[in-house]
Amino acid sequence: MAWTKSEMAARAAQELQDGYYVNLGIGLPTAVANFVPADKEIWLHSENGMLGIGPFPLAVEVDADIINAGKETVTMIPGASIMSSDESFAMVRGGKLDLSILGALQVSENGDLANWMIPGKKVKGMGGAMDLVAGVRRVIVLMEHVVRKANGEWELKILKQCTLPLTGTRVINRIITDLGVLDIDSQGLRVVELAPGISREEIQAKTGPRLFW
Amino acid sequence: MRKLYPSAQAALDGLVHDGQLLAAGGFGLCGIPEALIDALVDSGVRNLTVISNNAGVDGFGLGKLLETGQIRKMISSYVGENKEFERQVLSGEIELEFTPQGTLAEKLRAGGAGIPAFYTMTGVGTVVAQNKEVREFDGQAYLMERSLVPDVSLVKAWKSDRAGNLVFRRSARNFNPAVAMAGKTTVAEVELLVEIGELDPDEIHLPGIYVHRVVVNSSPEKRIERRTVTELSGE
Repeated sequence: MAWTKSEMAARAAQELQDGYYVNLGIGLPTAVANFVPADKEIWLHSENGMLGIGPFPLAVEVDADIINAGKETVTMIPGASIMSSDESFAMVRGGKLDLSILGALQVSENGDLANWMIPGKKVKGMGGAMDLVAGVRRVIVLMEHVVRKANGEWELKILKQCTLPLTGTRVINRIITDLGVLDIDSQGLRVVELAPGISREEIQAKTGPRLFW
Repeated sequence: MRKLYPSAQAALDGLVHDGQLLAAGGFGLCGIPEALIDALVDSGVRNLTVISNNAGVDGFGLGKLLETGQIRKMISSYVGENKEFERQVLSGEIELEFTPQGTLAEKLRAGGAGIPAFYTMTGVGTVVAQNKEVREFDGQAYLMERSLVPDVSLVKAWKSDRAGNLVFRRSARNFNPAVAMAGKTTVAEVELLVEIGELDPDEIHLPGIYVHRVVVNSSPEKRIERRTVTELSGE
């Protein structure tokens, strides 16, 4: 069985080491925080200027001035700090963060990432994603392995080359999907882990470039 | 020095004109100068280019200025929350320049600090790099980005004294300090006004040298974009 979304987030949480400063992207990457063991000291960074994001507030604690990069109301953990946007990105660009986990529309075998735009469809913007992938030391993509269509067919997301506008080139270190964990190394895409019950043939069939083992 | 103005309208009087480059602080709807945006709508100035990380939502924040058609161009990093804006962009009524969020913040900070351009690795190899100088330092490629110096900057702070020294609150700080630094003229909307000497010099986030006009709005709406809460178990 492929990993569920929760299992994917739990697998990604294993990447967080004690003392890490981490940025989690919007969507499934945000859920990774729910699976971090309590004995690990992790500082979650929010692009809008916070280190030390806590859980969502109780209804009585909601404060319009305390939000995360997804514009959700949050809390701050003890030891949290607040900074301006320019300083928030100084620490991103300056390579001070240990890890960035974010979603993707497409990734390529050499570590290119496309996650901000589908031409002609939607006008949203890159937000802080281009800064994060350029500046953060280690970048992990957390996403479904393929785009599943209603008729049971699928569309590849891991390709030889991305066809959508890029967020960054040669920036991804590791990809965690519902089918397994892939590393981008000098050879190409290397499989480091398979989800239970997923065969080599299946993950290869759902991946554009040739996989190494 | 007389920095304090009796109303947002008075604070913008004689300052805003058609065709100007304006910057507004805020992230989403958090830390936006609500009363100053309303006053800008009332001023009727048009053909504005507005620098702001986001474009508000339909009917609130900068969304109000989009509905009145006063903005010709936006310089932003993310505008996903505004349908009217999306419509105006797709129909070509409004120009949109996407700038990565960290680059946008640094363009403003650098603009205020007298640095005309800087190099960053953000955006190398993407559409952001089009028509920009790429230069290698220590084997790594960087883009040259020009900084921004708006004619007028509108910011939101929590507290100010009569000298315009600002204290921000929580994540409502966001782009406000850099926007304030960058403006040729900067107007600050604050919730609380205190006397000179009441703020400890160490607690001031932004010195008043960057702030030219101050207006008090003691009860901003502070609309929440995504109200997310933890449910108490057993409820």
